[in-house]
Amino acid sequence: MQYKTNRLSTVIEWGTLLLSTIIVCFFLFVIIWEIVSKGASSLSWEFVSAIPKDGMTAGGILTPIIGTVLLTLITAIFAIPFGICCAIYLNEYAENNWLTRTIRAAIRNLSGVPSIIYGLFGLALFVQALQFGTSLIAAGLTLGLLSLPYIITTTEEALKRIPNSMREAALAVGATKFETIKDVVIPSAMSGILTGVVLTLSRAAGETAPILFTGAAFFINGSSGYLNQEFMALPYHLYMLSTQHQSIDQVRPIAYGTALVLVIVVFLLNLTAFYIRYKYRKNEN
Amino acid sequence: MKYRTRISIDKLFKVVFKATGMLVLALLGGIFAMLVYNSISFFLDIKPLDFITGMEWAPTAKTPKYGMLPLIISTTVVTFGAMIIAIPLGIGTAAFISEYAGSRLKNILKPAIEMLAAIPSVVIGFLGIVVLSPGIANMADLPNGLNALNGAILLAIMALPTIITVAEDAIHAVPNAYKEASYGVGATKWQTLRKVIIPAAAPGIITAVMLGVGRAIGETMTVLMATGNAGLIPTGMFDSVKTMTATIAIEMGEVPYQTTHYYALYAIATVLFFMTLFANIVGEFFINRIRKYHAV
Repeated sequence: MQYKTNRLSTVIEWGTLLLSTIIVCFFLFVIIWEIVSKGASSLSWEFVSAIPKDGMTAGGILTPIIGTVLLTLITAIFAIPFGICCAIYLNEYAENNWLTRTIRAAIRNLSGVPSIIYGLFGLALFVQALQFGTSLIAAGLTLGLLSLPYIITTTEEALKRIPNSMREAALAVGATKFETIKDVVIPSAMSGILTGVVLTLSRAAGETAPILFTGAAFFINGSSGYLNQEFMALPYHLYMLSTQHQSIDQVRPIAYGTALVLVIVVFLLNLTAFYIRYKYRKNEN
Repeated sequence: MKYRTRISIDKLFKVVFKATGMLVLALLGGIFAMLVYNSISFFLDIKPLDFITGMEWAPTAKTPKYGMLPLIISTTVVTFGAMIIAIPLGIGTAAFISEYAGSRLKNILKPAIEMLAAIPSVVIGFLGIVVLSPGIANMADLPNGLNALNGAILLAIMALPTIITVAEDAIHAVPNAYKEASYGVGATKWQTLRKVIIPAAAPGIITAVMLGVGRAIGETMTVLMATGNAGLIPTGMFDSVKTMTATIAIEMGEVPYQTTHYYALYAIATVLFFMTLFANIVGEFFINRIRKYHAV
């Protein structure tokens, strides 16, 4: 084959790969453009500070915002300590035996379990067996279980990056293993752990399927925020406004506004994680 | 602090850490036990074979029918459609990022992919209703565009970040010596990519695809919102479909506690659990192969 045809085909071949990349970026662009351009007009101080009114055709989305914040908080309180402790066990204590391998396999499988199945498990365990009822605490714990495998995996990655010489130095000056972990390993791995935690929480904040049957409500009158009661949450609110509301066209602007607020919350959490990771890499160099 | 207290704290925390490890095992065991226990209650009423091969899902009819074949076919059709879109796009993008993009472009593209991954599924489902559905309805001259095609496109978007990230890692992990050898005998960049790099990275790419499949099968909100949820066996991409996840999501809220219908939803979840487990195990098998292969 002549070199010239090769050059032409090179352009075509390079173009195919470029085109697929452009299409993927186009998807992201369309999603953000659609949400921002149509949601921005609903966004105002009143929208985020007023509770829903008139069958949710007017007013703001304060109740779902509070619900999502509290829900994410419960998720964090439950999943962070458990996740970090488990990662410490796997990286610092566990020997390479069948038990450790089983735990690792369990974590990998748990991260692949569909979120709706976590919802069913939350329903069976927290709502029914432990008698919490459909409530904020049941939904928060369900999301906590869902988040657990991600927190464990990312924390373990962060712990692995800490060189053994640091542990040995602490042990050599007489620290116990626990003190070494508490005062040397965890502080050094902190930014890596935080990155993983924030990313996981951003994922949990946007989840809908696990809270469908564990406590999310279509509408709550007045203030919500009691652990043992149902709550409104941003993702569930968006789902309800776009599929279940009796006058869907009328609430469409509110649905766009809710989508925008949800996307902003998730992106802010992600940016925080990127920032922590960026600072961390800089310090490492 | 006294030496003895320090030692006992050390011992105490060793137990605490180990207990959390056991909790993870208990969690998976608990999920599995819940699925099996409720499924057994269901299979006492309905024969497993009738459940898997039944052609009709009508649990609220006068004579309830619990055939989940339409649901399995719906999930398969939507997932398959999503993969037809996502696999070429994902591998193409991964190859572009890894082999062609400069470091500055990489620093834009990689966070962009992470942003795409961060968008909540309910937002993607919402856009399926407000953007994609009218679009499909116009193009195909249908009353509405809530159908398998809509779900497939949305699931493709959701699976893309997973496929791109894992495939990019696999392509990136191919040793430079392979490329250099290929260039050395006069191959072009494209020939090297197609004949050397992609085959060498194939196990990792299969893993990427299987993880994407697992994600697509288990995704609930997007398909619930965008596929129309008609419980019939679909005949084409323009038919409305009701996937397994959507069935659970819709019916679990309305069904009376501990009825056959209630248990039936757990039985669907069990099938779903094993489908995603299978996809993940196949994926893991191939990623282990690539690990062994590069260790040599």
